[in-house]
Amino acid sequence: MSAESVTNAGPVGAEPRNYLNESYGVRSWLLTTDHKRIALLYMVSLTLMFVIGGLMAVLMRLELLTPQGDLFTSDTYNKLFTLHGVIMVWFFLIPSIPAVLGNFFVPLMIGAKDLAFPRLNLLSWYIYVFGALFTFYVVVSGGVDTGWTFYTPFSTDASQTHVVSTTLGIFILGFSSILTGLNFIVTIHRMRAPGLTWFRLPLFIWSIYATSIILVLATPVLAAVLMLVTIERLFHIGIFDPTMGGDPLLYQHLFWFYSHPAVYIMILPGMGVVSELVTCYSRKRIFGYNFVCYATLGIAFLGFLVWGHHMFVAGISVYAAMTFSILSYLVAIPSAIKVFNWTATLYKGSISFKTPMLYALGFIGLFTVGGLTGLFLAALGLDIHVHDTYFVIAHFHYIMVGGMVMAYFGGLHFWWPKMTGRMYPEGWGKLAALVVFIGFNLTFFPQFILGYLGMPRRYHAYAPEFQVLNVMSTAGASILGVGYLLPLIYLLWSLRYGKRAGPNPWLATGLEWTTPSPPPKENFEVTPAVNEEPYNYSEFLPKVFAAEEVEVG
Amino acid sequence: MAESGAVLNRAVLETQFADLEQQRETATFGMWVFLATELLLFGALFLAYTVYRYGAPEGFADASQHMEKVIGAVNTAVLLSSSFMVATAVRGAQVGGRKRLLFGLALTIVLGVVFLFFKGYEYYLHYEDHKVPGLNFEYAGQYAQAAKLFFFFYFAMTGLHAVHMLIGLGLVSVMLVRSWRGVFTEEYHAPVEVVGLYWHFVDLVWIFLFPVFYLIVKHH
Repeated sequence: MSAESVTNAGPVGAEPRNYLNESYGVRSWLLTTDHKRIALLYMVSLTLMFVIGGLMAVLMRLELLTPQGDLFTSDTYNKLFTLHGVIMVWFFLIPSIPAVLGNFFVPLMIGAKDLAFPRLNLLSWYIYVFGALFTFYVVVSGGVDTGWTFYTPFSTDASQTHVVSTTLGIFILGFSSILTGLNFIVTIHRMRAPGLTWFRLPLFIWSIYATSIILVLATPVLAAVLMLVTIERLFHIGIFDPTMGGDPLLYQHLFWFYSHPAVYIMILPGMGVVSELVTCYSRKRIFGYNFVCYATLGIAFLGFLVWGHHMFVAGISVYAAMTFSILSYLVAIPSAIKVFNWTATLYKGSISFKTPMLYALGFIGLFTVGGLTGLFLAALGLDIHVHDTYFVIAHFHYIMVGGMVMAYFGGLHFWWPKMTGRMYPEGWGKLAALVVFIGFNLTFFPQFILGYLGMPRRYHAYAPEFQVLNVMSTAGASILGVGYLLPLIYLLWSLRYGKRAGPNPWLATGLEWTTPSPPPKENFEVTPAVNEEPYNYSEFLPKVFAAEEVEVG
Repeated sequence: MAESGAVLNRAVLETQFADLEQQRETATFGMWVFLATELLLFGALFLAYTVYRYGAPEGFADASQHMEKVIGAVNTAVLLSSSFMVATAVRGAQVGGRKRLLFGLALTIVLGVVFLFFKGYEYYLHYEDHKVPGLNFEYAGQYAQAAKLFFFFYFAMTGLHAVHMLIGLGLVSVMLVRSWRGVFTEEYHAPVEVVGLYWHFVDLVWIFLFPVFYLIVKHH
């Protein structure tokens, strides 16, 4: 305890120079090329989008409290779930961990002064904001009702809503994704500190690397197909219209060629965060480091080959469906490797249940449920039964919310002291993590049952026998809402009143913990050199304690 | 403004790099990654084209007879020559040959403009011929539907290519200004290489566009 308190002691007296007090004023933020400040710009914008997307979810859950459609018309409800999907997928989840935590910590974890292309990094944020403005316009001007998937021919011919503005917004946002991914790939290749070989990289870096490859290779296909939809809607050439020689299925192929890999954009970074958390709070080197690296790349690679499993009932051939089904099962292998390695890391570890660790453990459980139900959906026969039901909704929310959002919150708490120089209040943190976990499960577990019983997705009214489970789900959603509100409040509170954080409050390994909290503008006083494997806790901790005993004694 | 002026006038070692060598390799690598993105962007359109051509091979072949083959062939030659000029300029930058650098870049711009001029003229001929889907498309015979898709992809893909040409011309012009001011040296010439890579890529896309639209042989 005494040793820990020494390392935890924050700086006393005037704050030393750091990236936050380096310069002041709006200009110094809006024109910054510092990756740490850009990460905070992203954090603020993403939080705003998360709140808007979350409010739409609240309205939907309120409507679904009763079987009749009493709050909204079916048209309004269609717009709510469409905008909820568009905002949460493209404007929150895809940028979430990469653009906030990745931006902040990729250079810090590899011992670099900044990303390879700092101005491009700032440009990516402006492109993000520009794309978001289109979405704001859609929200205030009457919405869009196609679902986040923009399936043709509904999106091109039938829908009377603002499809073009929405697709243009996403098209623009795509460039932000691509440029961010490009920046990360190049940075990880070219900017590593001396001695930091590929297999000495933290697993978070590996996951950001794999994510970036997907961003760079999949997003342009989305850009192309959204352009086609936009042109078709404006000029009615017949690109996706079978009566004019077009093929509506081609739309689905191209869309899911992006959007299935995009699912892995929305989980791989979370896995990277969890790898960091599990090993730190178990005080143990991660089990099977190399396997986790290969599993990360494996998921990114296989992710490109499974898009057809979204189209089992769309009329693709049986052979194509079987192939996609088998390939989808293969994804379970690298995913399971990760889950097993995390649990094996816990085994005989010296575990401490700090807030980030609670999120990490929650992630492991919820991701496992989400992943296993994904196998249900990859099975050809069962998929026909549960296709387009709440089973699917529950499945992907377990991955995206139970997985990615939990990991985002875990990572945010873990690195909060480094980002802000302040500790968050641990008691409130644990409480919020618990509330989120309970609220999440109460919201989404009933939806598995609802879907299995046959309640279809995307309707504002439903059969009365589904009401009990829907009431449970809505109750859960309100608990979940409280769970998300708590961190918003106490994290802001901690900026002013939180305990000062030292350079390494968790006694964690990794270069980001060797520099002051918050770090100086150029990240490190001297460029660090690395000469050992990552997560070497068995050697790192005795060294720390020995050094402190000398100091204290 | 002050900063961009500085970039135009002299070699800059950005603070995040240790030396110019690292900066050069990073910039080049960045462009390669960007080209991977571009490949998938055009790739999606090539795929869509292939699907529809596979679905209506006769229709696509029939529509292809309306293409301006001579202009297309001349433009192919023009663009290949421009790539040669870019290669000359890059080599000039590498060995510090100022004349070669300026000459190569200037001719690249000339050839690029010639290409776009021919392309525009070709679009005009198609417009006169009522072959622009969404604007004034008319097509006699049984293949009207497939021909409309053919011409849509023709305009979409060559149009996207032309946009890339315009961006390329802008980039090469900036390089020309910077070369004129003597920014590039044997040690610092990464921007020229990066722009060169981009130009070659855009050229390469045309090498695929030309046969898939102009050279479909119609069997009777």
